[in-house]
Amino acid sequence: MKIAVLVKEVPDAAVQKRIDPSSGRLDRSGEKNLNPYDTHAIEAAMQIREGGAVEVDEIVAVTMGPESAVRALHKAVSLGADRSVHLTDPALAGSDVAATGYALAQVLRRESPDLVLLGQQSDDGECYTIGAVVAEYLGQPSLTQVIKLDIAGDELTCERQAEYGYDTVNVKLPAVISVGDAINEPRYPSLKAIMGAKKKPLDTLATGDVDIDASKVGAEGSHVACGDFKAPPSKSAGTIIEDEGDTDDTVGKIIAWLDERKLLA
Amino acid sequence: MSNILVYALHHEGAFNKNSLGAVAEASRLAGELGGEAHAVVVGAGIADDLAATLGSYGATKVYKADGPEGLSGPVIDVMGKLFDGGDYQYAVFGGGLLGFEIGAGLAARIDAGVTMEVTAVNVVDGQLAAERPILGDSSISTSRYKGKGIIIARLNAFEVKETGGSAASVEQVSYEASTQSQQANIVTRGEQRGADVDIEGASILVAGGRGLGKAEGFQLAEDLAKAFGGNAAVAATRAVVDAGWYPYAAQIGQTGKTVAPKLYLAAGISGAIQHKVGMQSSENIVAINKDANAPIFEFSDLGIVGDLNKILPKLTEAVKARKG
Repeated sequence: MKIAVLVKEVPDAAVQKRIDPSSGRLDRSGEKNLNPYDTHAIEAAMQIREGGAVEVDEIVAVTMGPESAVRALHKAVSLGADRSVHLTDPALAGSDVAATGYALAQVLRRESPDLVLLGQQSDDGECYTIGAVVAEYLGQPSLTQVIKLDIAGDELTCERQAEYGYDTVNVKLPAVISVGDAINEPRYPSLKAIMGAKKKPLDTLATGDVDIDASKVGAEGSHVACGDFKAPPSKSAGTIIEDEGDTDDTVGKIIAWLDERKLLA
Repeated sequence: MSNILVYALHHEGAFNKNSLGAVAEASRLAGELGGEAHAVVVGAGIADDLAATLGSYGATKVYKADGPEGLSGPVIDVMGKLFDGGDYQYAVFGGGLLGFEIGAGLAARIDAGVTMEVTAVNVVDGQLAAERPILGDSSISTSRYKGKGIIIARLNAFEVKETGGSAASVEQVSYEASTQSQQANIVTRGEQRGADVDIEGASILVAGGRGLGKAEGFQLAEDLAKAFGGNAAVAATRAVVDAGWYPYAAQIGQTGKTVAPKLYLAAGISGAIQHKVGMQSSENIVAINKDANAPIFEFSDLGIVGDLNKILPKLTEAVKARKG
């Protein structure tokens, strides 16, 4: 079987995120990295391959984004993907969730994997939704926040926590599954894998290569326009105590703080 | 076109609180748009009486469809069909996992714009405009829709408000299950894992996250709760519940409980949005975390940057001494 993993380049968590006031979009010019949630999806693909319940012929990492997004793909192949596909085209800039999902679905049609895996959310836009959108465009079942994934033949048994406790759901392949971060502990890439990442095959595609209808993507093709950015109601900053050695002193301060609020009464 | 469709999640004969909030909000918005709020309920053998109670929250009509519960596919099929009828421009969902899945899938099905984590909705020039905090809640963005719009709320964003409306009319709808929704089958739903603990009644909660390091780390949280005495309990984040460190019944956040105790003491919790939405109304929030950049410090009243393994035992002793 063939597994595709959707990955995304996101601003490094340590870098201040900001909106570019001229475009109203997230300023993506800072340091970038592979979305940490995506590493769980790659690891899940690797564990299916290593688990031996099914024969995995290929794991393909797929991303959509500007030129710099190849770095996320390099990271993905260093973690175990065999090759990668990069959809990049100025026409895609400003795509909303639905337009992004449509464009990715067109790439996946070309790849026609048996299973699509992705992380539960991206570290920047915090969209939990892309998997469901991609699945709908592909006409496949989808499930999000899966924390246990077993595969037998063409059927997945998935567990996930929903509103009322844990659900177990059987899903027929092909399917789109977003995994929760509790599903596994992603491995670290070996130095050899990092060095070899740039040598693994990388396909760079534009919208025309995968029959993307240009009127359905980009800011123009999107159904949502975001704007009017404003600051949230300010909450007065709390007191911060740094515990630097004298923990008894720190604890004394906590007790005094609790006392002041009559929380030890 | 000015009518709004709203999904009402239910389980074991009761509607989800967030869904009731969504119905009330949709009713308010539809009123401003000059239309009505209609609810959709999908499940096995839903009683008409139960469906009609959504009228108390402002729904004038409830569509009832037979289908498996806990899956997005059948609900997308039903709502997609209702949108095809042309009477709706917007759909509203309360916070929660299923709302995200259904709303996103529906957006693709009917070519609509979708906004998630919405905290407020306004009517501007006869259209809905949805506010959504972004970038770790440091900014608020407003979504406007070019055509149809789907609004997925953040947990607890909409107030559960009875409108004094009468029972809603209930209409059974049939629908054709799409190929994709036939490819997923629910095996078990709502399984409770771990002990049944009560955290909603506690006035002091000591909550533990990944920073406790391992399941045994919860002993530190339990010792502290015990030192506080009678009305204190231990809560947990989704990550550690999923990891099997603590029972599901103690979980705070998006797929867990919403609490507002007098004191919420978060130990080793980074403060992700999914957690924050379940506890941000607590009267006093104290956080202990070794990472000075943890988001929880942005909404805690007292933040301690340090090693909880050193601080918690001493804090427990100090609380015990004070309680004497």
